[in-house]
Amino acid sequence: MSNRFKLPALPFDKNALEKGGISSETIDYHYGKHHAGYVRKLNAADADGKVPQNASIEQLVLTANGKIFNLAAQIYNHTFYWESMAPKSKGCRGNVCKALENEFGSCQEFVAQFKARAGGHFGSGWVWLSLNKQRKLVITDGHDAFNPMRDGLIPILTIDIWEHAYYVDQRNNRGAYINNFISLINWERVEQRYNDAVNRLKSNL
Amino acid sequence: MAAEAKAEDRFTLPKLPYAEDALAKGGISKETIQYHYGKHHAGYVRKLNAQDKDGKVKKDASLEDLIKDQETSDKVFNLAAQIWNHTFYWESMAPAGSKCKDDSEVGKQLIKDFESVDKFIEAFKGRAGGHFGSGWVWLSINAEKKLVITEGHDAFNPMKDGLTPILTIDVWEHAYYIDQRNSRGAYIGKFIDLINWDKVNERYTAGCK
Repeated sequence: MSNRFKLPALPFDKNALEKGGISSETIDYHYGKHHAGYVRKLNAADADGKVPQNASIEQLVLTANGKIFNLAAQIYNHTFYWESMAPKSKGCRGNVCKALENEFGSCQEFVAQFKARAGGHFGSGWVWLSLNKQRKLVITDGHDAFNPMRDGLIPILTIDIWEHAYYVDQRNNRGAYINNFISLINWERVEQRYNDAVNRLKSNL
Repeated sequence: MAAEAKAEDRFTLPKLPYAEDALAKGGISKETIQYHYGKHHAGYVRKLNAQDKDGKVKKDASLEDLIKDQETSDKVFNLAAQIWNHTFYWESMAPAGSKCKDDSEVGKQLIKDFESVDKFIEAFKGRAGGHFGSGWVWLSINAEKKLVITEGHDAFNPMKDGLTPILTIDVWEHAYYIDQRNSRGAYIGKFIDLINWDKVNERYTAGCK
């Protein structure tokens, strides 16, 4: 038995996002079954000797392939997703807000584009806002366990668009889920990640 | 409000081969059918008709033509294949379910290619359970007249690979999330018991000609 990898604690109570359209039942399944399941399966693979020793989740996201990548990236992505939301969102703020205005014309325009990518993605996947090496904010999306760190980007926000993220609460209506998500974005956390990302890029020069 | 089919709509939503609650005892509820058929499947038809009105769908091409044509755009392929795949999926099931008879034409071939019908079912279940993300798992006749299981993402359809499909299972989460939530394995088990083996055998014998 391995329990090398842990399921991180949810950053809020399981009913904290109910008013925002993500029910405690969704959290029970999404966090308690899907996210927890990826952790359990990666530990099982580890017990079978299939996971490189001494590799963190982040390292596995960057270097693993196939099944191990899928599991590690899904663990990482879901943790990032929970932390991308907060029960009481206070709106876009600070340096990231200015950067979004520079890059997209306005925060609203960024939101419109992000929503369009999330709505338009066919099949399971994730949509991300990240900082690239040129310090520009970019929206990327990809299938299944997609994570933009593999493209050299520093992610700052993500939305899960696998159907399990919204089928309990909104059934097929992904658009309604995306709107709810937008209202739940934890902009303080996004700002923090943005500032950290900028500092990281500066220190790499 | 249900969308009315307009006279000039090129593509239409085929009728469900049974009532909405016909599979409920078998584990696929009326509510699932209302969403899966009434929203997802119907939605693909609506969107393909919209693409057609925008001039983005090749004229005089059937769904099958669009699926097989390399020139079809990704967007049109996804819609056409999802329409085709879902129709095939509904027809792959029947309320009473049935067992595959060892002495049916398809049964005999499954025994040749998988050693037994049970081994085929285990293999099919394994592929359906193991597929990561949205997609479809198929049983098809290949060019050597063998039965093969293939799977693929999203709107995957084995006709593109020159195969003749005879059975499919939808493993997008919308196929099972209402009834079994995250338990895809439970859904697959239900599906197996709902397979319309008469239809599969019919497709097999037609496909061998």
